[in-house]
Amino acid sequence: MAQLIVEDLALGYESQAIIEGLNFTVNKGDYLCIVGENGSGKTTLMKTLLNLRSPISGKITTGDDIKRNEIGYLPQQTVVQKDFPASVREIVMSGFQGQCGMRPFYNKKEKKIAEENMERMGIADLAKRCYRDLSGGQQQRVLLARALCATRKILLLDEPVSGLDPKVTTEMYNLISELNSEGITIIMISHDIAAAVRYSSHILHIGDKVFFGTRDEYVASDIGKVFLMQQGGEN
Amino acid sequence: MDILISYLSYSFVRYALIVGVLISLCSALLGVTLVLKRFSFIGDGLSHVAFGAMAIAAVLNLSNNMIVVLPVTVLSAILLLRTGQNAKIKGDAAIAMISVGALAFGYLIMNIFSTSSNLTGDVCSTLFGSMSILTLTPNEVLICAILSVIVIIVFILFYNKIFAVTFDENFAKATGTRADLYNLLIAVIIAVIIVLAMNLVGSLLISALVIFPALSAMRIFRNFKQVTIFSAVLSVVSSLAGMLISILTGTPVGSTIVAVDVVVFGVCWLIGLIKGGN
Repeated sequence: MAQLIVEDLALGYESQAIIEGLNFTVNKGDYLCIVGENGSGKTTLMKTLLNLRSPISGKITTGDDIKRNEIGYLPQQTVVQKDFPASVREIVMSGFQGQCGMRPFYNKKEKKIAEENMERMGIADLAKRCYRDLSGGQQQRVLLARALCATRKILLLDEPVSGLDPKVTTEMYNLISELNSEGITIIMISHDIAAAVRYSSHILHIGDKVFFGTRDEYVASDIGKVFLMQQGGEN
Repeated sequence: MDILISYLSYSFVRYALIVGVLISLCSALLGVTLVLKRFSFIGDGLSHVAFGAMAIAAVLNLSNNMIVVLPVTVLSAILLLRTGQNAKIKGDAAIAMISVGALAFGYLIMNIFSTSSNLTGDVCSTLFGSMSILTLTPNEVLICAILSVIVIIVFILFYNKIFAVTFDENFAKATGTRADLYNLLIAVIIAVIIVLAMNLVGSLLISALVIFPALSAMRIFRNFKQVTIFSAVLSVVSSLAGMLISILTGTPVGSTIVAVDVVVFGVCWLIGLIKGGN
């Protein structure tokens, strides 16, 4: 079933389009990687998918009983968060906020799910620790647990491994794959083309040329070959 | 001690203490959010706006200047907090601009149209709140108490939402929280607190009341709830201590309170250093 359908989307700033004519579909259980050079509009696309900004033209529809606010989101870290005095539990719980509506406090069921998600991310023993005292990898796990509180179906990840060391990066990718194999749809923005090709099921390449297809199609395509070579040369 | 008790028998001293406690409680609650949102200076900016509005009210000879001051300050707060991210003039510059502009215009208006014989004294007391807290009428105390209670109730009811919006506005928005609405709420509350606090410490020292307790609590505690509760406690205790000292020694109320806040911050910083072990 299609969870997210993007039709003829144009994105950009003040009617100056960066991307035009974008079409793609995300089905349940897909692992989509969005790759492309810096400035190609990856983050803009992500923000549009999350409803944080509106597209110049085109349409994004959600299917399969997903509401627009049921998309979990793992953002890049902001400056504000670096010295924020908050415990891991407080942050994970805040993932439920969107479902609370006007209800002021969290209920028992939500508390229980939060515990489960912390368990799942292997951070249950850190629940009372302060977020800013954690390592980069641990912080990402906290934010991932929060995103899981907001959704059970689809996760958008914005450069989830940036700034992490190689070992933690691998752990993070494995964790994401695990979630994917449990049936959660993953959409990930990545610089890391090698990892994208390794872990994902579909690839969306944006830039001067747009490509959307399965991983195997991408590796076989001209645009994919060129991009893989460039990146391979850099690393 | 006897002197203190004899002072407490005066109703104006009791009023001052009540208002002082309420205002310092409210300002500390919102202070944590503002410091973390990088809006420490909003207290300063808005209080200068309130000063400008007061000048206009004084010139118009309004008996109750709240009618002018409150709406103008609320409006400025909304403008400042809402345009925070996407404005052409960035947050800190916008605050500085409004703050200095309102201060200058307020003083200018007072100078040109003033009917008072003691202009410098008027300006000084609006800026440093030297005497107004000791001349409160029962009505003013009542208004202050009602507004404070509303602020506290709203804060408790929206505590989790305020946390979510402060920690990660984009995430909150993306997952369906009406972040703009809560930013608006924060702006309105902070404007109300600032207008109230002008009575206590005057417009120049309001920032101190907003940021010091939050910063002190953040030295020692490491989760949001503890920081919020402790900063409220610290703020009330320092304000009480400041007011009592100023009553006993005859120092100006506002600056004494801020002085106590600074000392408390120093102590908390030391405790934080020892506790942190590095």
